[in-house]
Amino acid sequence: MKSYSSRAIALVGAAALLALTACSAGSGTSSGSSPGGDQSLVVGLVAEPASLDFTTTDGAAIPQALLGNVYNGLVKQDESGKIVPDLAKSWTVSPDRRTYTFELVDNAKFTNGAAFTAADAVFSINRVKTAWTTSLKSVMDVVSEAKAVSPTQLQVTLTKPSNGWLFRMTTRVGAMFSQTGVGKLATDPVGTGPYKFGTWKRGDSIVLQRNDAYWGTKPFFNQVTLKYFKDPTALNNALLTGTINVIGTVQAPEALTQFTSNEKYQVIEGTTNGEVVLSFNNSRPVLKDLRVRQAIRQAIDHQALLDTCFAGRGKLIGSMVPPTDPWSEDLTGVAPFDKAKATAALQAAGAAGATLRLRLPTLPYATSCGQVVKSQLEQVGLKVTIDQLEFPAAWLTTVFKNADYDLSIVAHVEPRDLGAVFNAKYYTRYDDPTLAGLLAAADSGDEAAQVDNMKKAARRLSEQAAADWLFLLPNLVVADKNLTGLPANAITESFDLTRLARS
Amino acid sequence: MVLRLVERTAVLLVSLAVASVLVFGFMVVLPGDPARVALGVNASDEAVAQLRQQFGLDRPLATQYADWVGGLLRGDFGTSYVSKVAIGPQIADRFQVTLWLVVVAMVIALVLAAPAGTVMAAQHRRLSGLALSALSQVGVAIPAFLAGILLIMLFAVKLGWLPANGWTPPASDPGMFLKQLILPALSLGLVQGAVLTRYVRSAVLDVLREDYLRTARAKGLRPFPALWRHGLRNAAVPVVTVLGLQLATLLIGAVVVERVFVIPGVGSLLLDGVSNRDLLLVQDVVMVLVVAVLVVNFLVDLLYVALDPRLRVER
Repeated sequence: MKSYSSRAIALVGAAALLALTACSAGSGTSSGSSPGGDQSLVVGLVAEPASLDFTTTDGAAIPQALLGNVYNGLVKQDESGKIVPDLAKSWTVSPDRRTYTFELVDNAKFTNGAAFTAADAVFSINRVKTAWTTSLKSVMDVVSEAKAVSPTQLQVTLTKPSNGWLFRMTTRVGAMFSQTGVGKLATDPVGTGPYKFGTWKRGDSIVLQRNDAYWGTKPFFNQVTLKYFKDPTALNNALLTGTINVIGTVQAPEALTQFTSNEKYQVIEGTTNGEVVLSFNNSRPVLKDLRVRQAIRQAIDHQALLDTCFAGRGKLIGSMVPPTDPWSEDLTGVAPFDKAKATAALQAAGAAGATLRLRLPTLPYATSCGQVVKSQLEQVGLKVTIDQLEFPAAWLTTVFKNADYDLSIVAHVEPRDLGAVFNAKYYTRYDDPTLAGLLAAADSGDEAAQVDNMKKAARRLSEQAAADWLFLLPNLVVADKNLTGLPANAITESFDLTRLARS
Repeated sequence: MVLRLVERTAVLLVSLAVASVLVFGFMVVLPGDPARVALGVNASDEAVAQLRQQFGLDRPLATQYADWVGGLLRGDFGTSYVSKVAIGPQIADRFQVTLWLVVVAMVIALVLAAPAGTVMAAQHRRLSGLALSALSQVGVAIPAFLAGILLIMLFAVKLGWLPANGWTPPASDPGMFLKQLILPALSLGLVQGAVLTRYVRSAVLDVLREDYLRTARAKGLRPFPALWRHGLRNAAVPVVTVLGLQLATLLIGAVVVERVFVIPGVGSLLLDGVSNRDLLLVQDVVMVLVVAVLVVNFLVDLLYVALDPRLRVER
């Protein structure tokens, strides 16, 4: 068994090395002396991208594969949540907080050979407004002008101060494209990253090759294959039989025991930005009553729920903030589990015996946690009917678009999405001027004001019981024992391959 | 013979027309707006409307249908809503993979079923026949995906003899291709074989009761030589028919087995298409499958005539 898999990898690696030496012949600089030489790695992931163009196709799968690996941004987020330099060495913010001046690295090159300059940055920022079709493009609405002061200096002016803008520049919206390399983004992405796009076997895998012309520290692995599995069991079997080296995101935590008990593997648990939200349709008469919303939160024994439906993995949060955000604080005590109080509150509100429709997307965690929520809510005198809606299509139309639901369960995985999720236009139908005011103040203020106002906003949300936060999805990674550099927390859109190495 | 050919061709064409209307109709009533799924959460209604227009989803249904069928007849499968890639080559690519799987599974099924069914029939009162019969019942009761999971657990995870999943094209690495093909083809083939065994057995039993076989036995031939020389060709007629019908089941089974073994065939393409609401792709794939099944049945009908001269007589 071992021999088959290592031979397969060695073969692929040798072929790749041949291809690379052929490509770099003549450049003279690349001696292939990077730390890992010609070693390769296979990572198992769950969702295959439908296209490689995240400017026109939504979903987490494309930035997971390409952002930070094939594309760089001006700035990026480190594992603790801080915004740190990437293609911009440094930046300053004007006193009115509307003008950002970025000093860019001068040795970055796109994989099509073109040098990266401030003109490309201007092009990339403007292109979000003109050519992107996904909803994320609205992030750039706040930009009034981007201009190249010199090849290495970029100035971006905003219409109003916005901390959110710089943060979004760490996500896919901030990816830097080549002016001459956007013709075939869906099949042939061109970036400045440590890896360049190799091949894509649709329905199977994407191969990334080390970019020997990369301007920063070159990655350890010469080749990384991202192999996609629809079925969690198949993913586990692939690691058990040596077809892959890493399971990037474990989908079924109850299956972890087969790895924790085996010394060939390491299991890493960290946090994500994925809040599993029991969302309330705040426009429904019965849910407009604060007492009812609070009662629902108090009726749920969150620890028991987490143990039952997610094998105890994950973290309890009392509001829409993961622990890696600077304004995170423990709000799990705002609505502690109290069955008697919940029952009494429902009776006082005249909602005892009310029927609520819990419309669940067909996602494993939603299905299993939904059963627990139903049983716990029924213990305090509510009636709950469960509908399964196929995800994404049917759920998106019924719950998300038409808000035809009372309760639903879905993980909101976007970073810093508190404001996006809780407003009158969103499917939560949560209309709260106080919250909107706090969020606006947070976005326009300096760092201290941002943290202070975001704390207030999170507390407000929790006290108003705009939803219930069941738990924060854990980042669960299983890998061969000898792999190092695996990120514990998965809080960016990227699966960072650059720090991985084999000891 | 000619009349029969004309008649079967007419049936084939009508079936294809009806199927195309049904396939198109199902896609229309399927909930979920492809434009919204493509644009994802938070997309504005204007953006969705714009994309619907771009996809041509705002046109009358009759026009959409006519365009689709017209395209298919010209060999133009259109462009995927989601990946923005031409669909025709994608299907061709994936179909090759599924074809390998189905054909090898079919061969395994036949290799198992023909001798096993014959023995079961010839010895239907003996212990060996009964034992085989019981075994085939078990095979019939197991769905292909379960067989697949069991085979993976035993041969890949426990014994480590074969890979648990994956696919390598035969041209790039024949050895790996075979290794990866064995388990999925077996899981389909074993189940199909078990089903087929039952048909072979009853076909052979029928033949055994025929007068000409009794005559052959009376002339002194031993049971198996008698069957071999006079019976098997006749027994093949009903078995070939079943084989054609079973092809549809096999294709459906392949869809599921492809998922268990992570094989990039038509099945996984279809599943992805459905969950992404890539409607045109789904329509195309389903239509190709329908054509495959109908054409095979058409050919089986003709083969039937070739095998049994009695059917060649004009009615």
